Amino acid sequence: MSTIKIRAKAGGKVTKVSALIDHPMETGMRKNKKTGKKIPAHFIQEVVCELNGVVVLTALWGPAVSKRPFLQFKLDNAKKGDTIKLSWVDNKGEKDSAEAKIA
Amino acid sequence: MINMKRRTFLKGSVAASAVSAAVGVGLLTPRAVLAAWPTNAFKATSVDAALDALDGTHAAANSDKVQIDAPDLGENSAVVPVKIYSQLDNIESMSIIVEKNVNPLAASFVLGPGVEGFINTRIKMAKTSNVIAVVKAGGKLYSAKKEVKITIGGCGG
Repeated sequence: MSTIKIRAKAGGKVTKVSALIDHPMETGMRKNKKTGKKIPAHFIQEVVCELNGVVVLTALWGPAVSKRPFLQFKLDNAKKGDTIKLSWVDNKGEKDSAEAKIA
Repeated sequence: MINMKRRTFLKGSVAASAVSAAVGVGLLTPRAVLAAWPTNAFKATSVDAALDALDGTHAAANSDKVQIDAPDLGENSAVVPVKIYSQLDNIESMSIIVEKNVNPLAASFVLGPGVEGFINTRIKMAKTSNVIAVVKAGGKLYSAKKEVKITIGGCGG
């Protein structure tokens, strides 16, 4: 089960791409209430979005991005049937990627 | 005497193996792999320092070609929706900065070919603060800001 959900819809001129990623985005500043120990930081640092294999957007994220991060952007050079690919890497080196066709 | 040496030898080898284990598990390697991630910018504790580390300057001019859309009142400080827009030409990057967060830089987006000057995302805020959109276009910085009030306790009144 992928951690990424992508929805890409072609409009008249622009294509709107929305993505939701399942990730805890721990800041490293929160404490476990029972033990009082800090919960280690665990957040996505980089999200790369590709259109037909060409990188169009690179998101550099800090821990201040909300958990279950949401990202939306617009493309003016995409058309129906094109492939959008999203990949993320976090500070622990974990990664995932997913692809979707523009509807 | 022999025992003493054995102790120190053990101590040394344990420390050395801890370091190599950390590398092996991948605690240290991601930093090297992610050379592009601007660690200094995200670790910076002031808006100016974050921009200096990210874009090499903090001289951002207010511009009406940069807009930021965020709620007047952030009811949930862990999920504040922020939209940034820009009609500038040759946009290189768009960043979101929360003035009063411990580390102000929240996110930076590097725009490639065909991407419109629009980003919509959600961020965390520690307290009431200005949220600043900084757009880099043609090597210069342009900004717009909006204050978002955070009510501790989440009472949306």
